[in-house]
Amino acid sequence: MRRFLVLLPLFIFIGLALFLWRGIGQDTTSIPSPLLGKAVPEFSLTSLYDENQIMSASDLTGPALINVWATWCPTCKQEHAQLNRIARDEGVTIYGINYKDDRAKAKVWLDKYLDPYAKNVFDPNGRLGLDLGVYGAPETYLIDADGIIRYKHIGEVNEKVWQKLKAQMQALEADS
Amino acid sequence: MSKALGVLFAGWLVLISQASVAAIDTYEFKDNATRERFQELSAELRCPKCQNQNIADSNSPIAEDLRDELYRMLDSGADNDEIIDFMVMRYGEFVLYRPRVSSQTYLLWYAPAGLLVIGVAVIFALTRRKKSVGKQQEKSGLSPQEQQRLDALLKQDQDKDA
Repeated sequence: MRRFLVLLPLFIFIGLALFLWRGIGQDTTSIPSPLLGKAVPEFSLTSLYDENQIMSASDLTGPALINVWATWCPTCKQEHAQLNRIARDEGVTIYGINYKDDRAKAKVWLDKYLDPYAKNVFDPNGRLGLDLGVYGAPETYLIDADGIIRYKHIGEVNEKVWQKLKAQMQALEADS
Repeated sequence: MSKALGVLFAGWLVLISQASVAAIDTYEFKDNATRERFQELSAELRCPKCQNQNIADSNSPIAEDLRDELYRMLDSGADNDEIIDFMVMRYGEFVLYRPRVSSQTYLLWYAPAGLLVIGVAVIFALTRRKKSVGKQQEKSGLSPQEQQRLDALLKQDQDKDA
C-alpha cells in the first residue's frame, strides 16, 4: 500500500505525459465530422449548368466523391488537375458542389480547366455546405453505395490523399 | 513614456470595441433579450476555421455564415438547446467552447477535480503519517520498570555531567 502511494505521483505523471504526448503533432485544423456514417443531408438546389434543373440528395449516388469547390478558392485550383486525372483515368465518379460562388464564373472555370464532375450542384448561399459541416473549401467527402458519408478530407486532394481515399473506396467495395 | 502607452492603450480599446461591435450591429433584434442571447451564444460558439476565436470575433466567411444562421434561428424562436444541437450536428462538439458532459468529455470535466482530490488525499495521508510517527516516539513502549531504569540511568548521566 505504501509503495503504491509513493509511486502514485509517478503513475499520474506518466499518464499525463502520455496523454499530452499524443496531442503533440496532431492535426488540429481538421475537425472530425459528426456526419460520418450519416446520409448526405437533404437539399433542393439547381444544377450548375442548368438553373431549371432541381437536384436533391438522391441525385448523388455512390460510391463516389463529393468535392466542395469554388472559383475563389486557390487550393481548389491546385487540386483540380488531380480531380480531372482521377475521373478520367480511374473512372471515379466525382460530384461537385459549387460553394458560395458565381454561376457564370464557375462555368468559365470548368470550360477552361476541364470538368471532372459527373454532376455539379450550385450552392450559392452555402446552405448545403452548412448542412455538410463545410468550413473551408476544398473539402472532399466519400459516399458509399447507399449514399452514406464514410470519410471527409479537408484541403487539397493530392496524390497522397487520393491513395488514401482510393484505399477507402476499395474497402467499401469489398464490403458490399 | 506612460502617456504614449496610455494613448496606445486607448487606441487598442477603440480597435477591439469596434471589432466586436462590427459583428453585431448589422442585425436588428426584436428585443434586448434576443440581442443578449445572440451575444451570449456567438461568444460560446467556436469558429471551426479559426479555432482560437469565437464566431462573434472572427471575420472568416464561415463565422459570418454561422452568425447569420444563429440570427435566423433566434428570430424564428429556436431555444438555446436547439441552436447548440444544430451546430453540433454539423461541426461536432468542437464548436462548443464548453463541451457538453458526455462519456467522451468526462476526463475533460472531471480530471481537474479528480487530481485535486488525489492531491488532498496524498497530503492528508502524509501529514497523518508524520503525526502518528511522532506519537509512537512519545510512547516508547517501555514497561514501568524499564522506564524507571532508564530514568535512573539518565539521572546518573546528568549527575556525571554536572
